[in-house]
Amino acid sequence: MEFLNAVFVAPFVEIFNYPVFFAEVVVGGLLSGIMYSLVALGFVLIFKASGVFNFAQGAMVLFAALTLVGLIEHGMPPWMAIVATVVVMIVLALTVERVVLRPLVNQEAIILFMATIGLSYFLDGFGQMLWGSDVKTLDLGIPSAPMEYGGIQVNQFDLIAALVAGALVAVLAVFFQKTRVGRALRAVADDHQAALSVGIPLKTIWAIVWSVAGLVGLVAGIMWGTKLGVQFTLALVALKALPVLILGGFTSIPGAIIGGLIIGMGEKVAEVFWGPAIGGGIEDWFAYMLALAFLLFRPQGLFGDKIIERV
Amino acid sequence: MFYREAGQFKTSYAADQAIFPIRQDRYFLVALLLVAYLVVPMLASDYWLSTIMLPFLVFSLAALGLNLLTGYAGQLSLGTGGFMACGAFAAYKLATAFPDLNIILVFILSGLVTAAVGILFGIPSLRIKGFYLAVATLAAQFFLVWVFNKFGWFTNYSSSGVISAPPRAIFGDYFVTGSSASPEGKYLFTLTVVAVLALAAKNIVRSHIGRSWMAIRDMDIAAEIIGIKPLTAKLGAFAVSSFYCGISGALWAFIYTSSVEALAFDITRSFQILFMVIIGGLGSIMGSFLGAAFIVLLPIFLSNMPTLIGVSIQVDMISHIEFMTFGALIIFFLIVEPHGLARLWQVAKEKLRLWPFPY
Repeated sequence: MEFLNAVFVAPFVEIFNYPVFFAEVVVGGLLSGIMYSLVALGFVLIFKASGVFNFAQGAMVLFAALTLVGLIEHGMPPWMAIVATVVVMIVLALTVERVVLRPLVNQEAIILFMATIGLSYFLDGFGQMLWGSDVKTLDLGIPSAPMEYGGIQVNQFDLIAALVAGALVAVLAVFFQKTRVGRALRAVADDHQAALSVGIPLKTIWAIVWSVAGLVGLVAGIMWGTKLGVQFTLALVALKALPVLILGGFTSIPGAIIGGLIIGMGEKVAEVFWGPAIGGGIEDWFAYMLALAFLLFRPQGLFGDKIIERV
Repeated sequence: MFYREAGQFKTSYAADQAIFPIRQDRYFLVALLLVAYLVVPMLASDYWLSTIMLPFLVFSLAALGLNLLTGYAGQLSLGTGGFMACGAFAAYKLATAFPDLNIILVFILSGLVTAAVGILFGIPSLRIKGFYLAVATLAAQFFLVWVFNKFGWFTNYSSSGVISAPPRAIFGDYFVTGSSASPEGKYLFTLTVVAVLALAAKNIVRSHIGRSWMAIRDMDIAAEIIGIKPLTAKLGAFAVSSFYCGISGALWAFIYTSSVEALAFDITRSFQILFMVIIGGLGSIMGSFLGAAFIVLLPIFLSNMPTLIGVSIQVDMISHIEFMTFGALIIFFLIVEPHGLARLWQVAKEKLRLWPFPY
């Protein structure tokens, strides 16, 4: 009885009594959800264009952040370090395409998935070997003071993260919709063979997509690295992005954003209001359960391509 | 010259349906079992038995379980660690709640408990498949480990969260679990469990159950049309797979590490076992063993490598290089042979059949 009360009655009473607190939790959740979206975006880009479920996205986030911090620590001015990291990520993308993807062309999806897990191990080891494994702080001068908007406390840093994510999505949307390369990318995403047959170079496209995913990884790495410090746990952020991904659908960029918002909000609200009833620490799995519940009704995620199967 | 089926005639249906139709395969298997039962315990040191052979066997069993699910029934799962944890804690609760229960029965029951949990988490597979399902099984992984960490009931309210496995004996006073058991006893017991379950798996996959799994794997809609029930086939695969993983988890906790803790079964464990299955070969019983051997031996080899070639490297550097080599080797293996070690084994057998006169 007490348990039922704690699950079904008490949280709603609390929400009703303290609407401002509830709003604060919701806003905080939405903003932290944006951070998940940043990582999920990289997954979506690669899955859309090459059908590869790139498990190494988390490792790429870590690698980008480590490289950036390492370069800054070696005395490079931040803007130059960012440019250098961008170059490194592009070189990485070209290498991955040449060494991993090209020999595995036409293999089953699960084989490619495994290869990206191998890649993530490699990158984790490589990045930490180059730059060391101790926790580093990344400070690019992003303000992080708490502010108040209409009675709701918001962290400035989270707002900036949201703005960055919004800008990123806008840029990606323009890139995908308006440019020649973007059109080619969409063609490849639609149908590899048809794209090949009208003369779109698949290899170049894959290299571009992985580069773009690397850049998105860098942005995610900067934001997460500023928040948590640059360390090995950054690679685990990818695990948080997975439920976002299945909720939004593997192939939808808006899905990644909206999925992130739903997961972030659901997680925070559940943790704050329902957490005490079942013992707390539920953020490890709550996102997955939430995504699972959505999947039961929409197997392709909220915005994923409709699954059409033929025998 | 030696590996040749010419002249081996099948004169009855029983002979035609034998598990190992080629005589040399049977001899090989018997020889392998003899080596495993007699030669290994005699020659191997305690260190070898308890830090290499035991994890190899336990991992083989888990890989076998996952291979039944992913390789045969085509349901990609990343929840193996969670199911192993489930088996370990079920065995611990059963063993402490009923101290007189035979340890073999405890293991079987814990496998059944895990099978029930597996069915529960297999339900989404009826709706979703592929990578969506893989991510959905992560829910099982995180949820189960959280439950075992969170609720004291599972650890009998032990304060540290790390509990040692209770010592249990078979045949009256021959201890096989707990820290007091001899490495030989643990090894032989584990070997027997694994051998029996591997034989069972070999038989399941060539029965109508296994065939229905493979039909579902190859194309579930087509399988449904020819009269295979996806519900029973998929959930059955989850149940059997979880049964194997559960027993493997119980063996891990009771025999290999002698301590029951949820942290041993985190997400990296699931990935490790998935690696084994894929490196070893999807859809192959033999492959599960080969993959487990590869993944268990590789880190040991890598960490001993610098001292072998006389280079001294810092400890944290070694672990980074291990990570890199591990990742690179996996990519290398996938490029060279995407169908795994089992495929290489098969190719070797084909070659051997024609050797030394290939024409």
